[in-house]
Amino acid sequence: MSTDLTRIHNIGYRNYDGPRLGRAYARRSLYSQSLRGSYGLGRSAKSKILPMILFAVMCVPAAIMVAVAVATDLKDLPVSYTRYAIFTQAIIALFLAAQAPQSVSRDLRFKTVPLYFSRPIERVDYVLAKYGAMASSLFILTAAPLVVLYLGSLLAKMDFLDQTKGFGQGLLSVALLSLLFGGLGLVMAALTPRRGFGVAAVIATLTITYGAVSTVQAIASASDADGAVQWLGLFSPITLIDGVQTAFLGATSSFPGEAGPSAGVGVVYLLVVLALILGSYAVLMGRYRKVGL
Amino acid sequence: MGCATTVLNVTVIATEGLSKRFPRVTALDRLSLDIGPGVTGLVGANGAGKSTMIKILLGLSPATEGRATVLGFDVATDGAAIRESVGYMPEHDCLPPDVSATELVVHMARMSGLPPTAARERTADTLRHVGLYEERYRPIGGYSTGMKQRVKLAQALVHDPKLVLLDEPTNGLDPVGRDEMLNLIRRVYTDFGISVLVTSHLLGELERTCDHVVVIDGGTLLRSSSTSDFTQNTATLAVEVTDTDTHPDGTRALREALTAAGLSLHLGEEDGLPGAGHILLIEATGEETYDVVRDTVAGLGLGLVRMEQRRHHIAEVFRTKDASKGAAPAGPDGQPVPAQSGTAELALQKGGGSDEH
Repeated sequence: MSTDLTRIHNIGYRNYDGPRLGRAYARRSLYSQSLRGSYGLGRSAKSKILPMILFAVMCVPAAIMVAVAVATDLKDLPVSYTRYAIFTQAIIALFLAAQAPQSVSRDLRFKTVPLYFSRPIERVDYVLAKYGAMASSLFILTAAPLVVLYLGSLLAKMDFLDQTKGFGQGLLSVALLSLLFGGLGLVMAALTPRRGFGVAAVIATLTITYGAVSTVQAIASASDADGAVQWLGLFSPITLIDGVQTAFLGATSSFPGEAGPSAGVGVVYLLVVLALILGSYAVLMGRYRKVGL
Repeated sequence: MGCATTVLNVTVIATEGLSKRFPRVTALDRLSLDIGPGVTGLVGANGAGKSTMIKILLGLSPATEGRATVLGFDVATDGAAIRESVGYMPEHDCLPPDVSATELVVHMARMSGLPPTAARERTADTLRHVGLYEERYRPIGGYSTGMKQRVKLAQALVHDPKLVLLDEPTNGLDPVGRDEMLNLIRRVYTDFGISVLVTSHLLGELERTCDHVVVIDGGTLLRSSSTSDFTQNTATLAVEVTDTDTHPDGTRALREALTAAGLSLHLGEEDGLPGAGHILLIEATGEETYDVVRDTVAGLGLGLVRMEQRRHHIAEVFRTKDASKGAAPAGPDGQPVPAQSGTAELALQKGGGSDEH
């Protein structure tokens, strides 16, 4: 160490008399740091690569569709706003699998959490900031292509009211999706402090459940049990969102035979989604009670 | 309270009958303390209740009974206010390896409520004060244990607290690193004006750093007293000499000569210290003792390898006091203190603080 060379002179210790902005400020700081971090901002160049690529991959198809729509003067978008996230669910899953562990597993694995909780910030602030940041970054990821589609549709002079309504429904749908996926991803990551396991757990939860549900749905549909199809959708996150938006947000179901839930069953879907979101929050709160200090 | 407790005008930490019971263990048992400004050592074997105490003081864990105040705030109701003006350095490793010290400390400063600009300025200042310079821009993963401990200390100091709680800050450091850390802790109070509560299971290392030492064992107060009370009364000189042809055993020759000159030697106490048999411990009664030793060594024609002042170890004081008090020494609450277990452990750890340089 070149301590003797680098020291010019000792100006002594200075006390800090400035403002201390307290809990709410700390929570906001943690939120923005986590949100920026999920896109690699404020982190190494290496950690920007994956989230930025995924973000681009999300937006490029939308841009192409818009270009086609404008060039060929389509009257309607090739993909509806509510359908876009269902098509791109693999990208959303990858993003979540990569960023949820980096958001919470590091603090747990390297035991940084006590440094937070020995400060004015409390458990509820920490969980809300992390959950909010994860949901917000997913919302940015899923809403950005919808914005591209919407702007494109206006450029192509499609029906303004129609498009605005669809865009609004799409935004609501991806907001719900962001909350649901964000919560599930963080729970997965917080329960597996090793980052690699966290990544695997998130991908497994999202893809295996979807694979299983859609296979069983296909079988049920082939055996003319359409009643079962709409109930089966309750068992995977993405089909839950699909069900909710089919029932309430004017979407066309992607279930086999378009046998999405009716409004009555849709209420069950919505309740399950809300229960999962609140449940994720509760599990996270419980998880951090143990690691307090 | 114990008779040795000093009455202080200002109280930084006060506990009153503080107890913490878990289903199977009693971590703290009716502990009453009154800690003033300065550097205070909290000593106890592993599991003595030191970390439990820190958690309670930070307002993160409710006490089963009794009460405690930190900087005048009640731990039960004003936890947030306490944590705003107190810094905490955990015992375990708590640093993510992939960020730089600057990034981490700035972030932690903001978590303490400092505005962004102030957070950056304070971070630069604090890291410089703990002795991290150019390396603060590199990822923490590449730091040595000593540097990591400095980062941990810096994050506890960055918001300019009035009190820092340091949990085993010398853990895992080599003797040189430990000395540097202890000097740094001393400076936190003398130069920065921040009171310090430092825990350690090594009684010996705290005597150099602390104004006041609190010894707890099994959750009860064993002793609380000012360091100067029992380490400055008498000084001990450690002397080591070479052998010559005339005196094949220089140490023995010197011991005989010094005894003849009327100095009292701590016979037998060298045992157990590194270099035993070659080091004489001499009771220094004043300046003239140094002259006598010098003249005697010169008279015998021996080479003087070292002559250094060595303070009494706190552990020795505890041992002799407890021994002189008899079989059942009374604790702070008038209860019998488990003297055997407590003092025996402390005496065993005596060697920890007496590194040879």
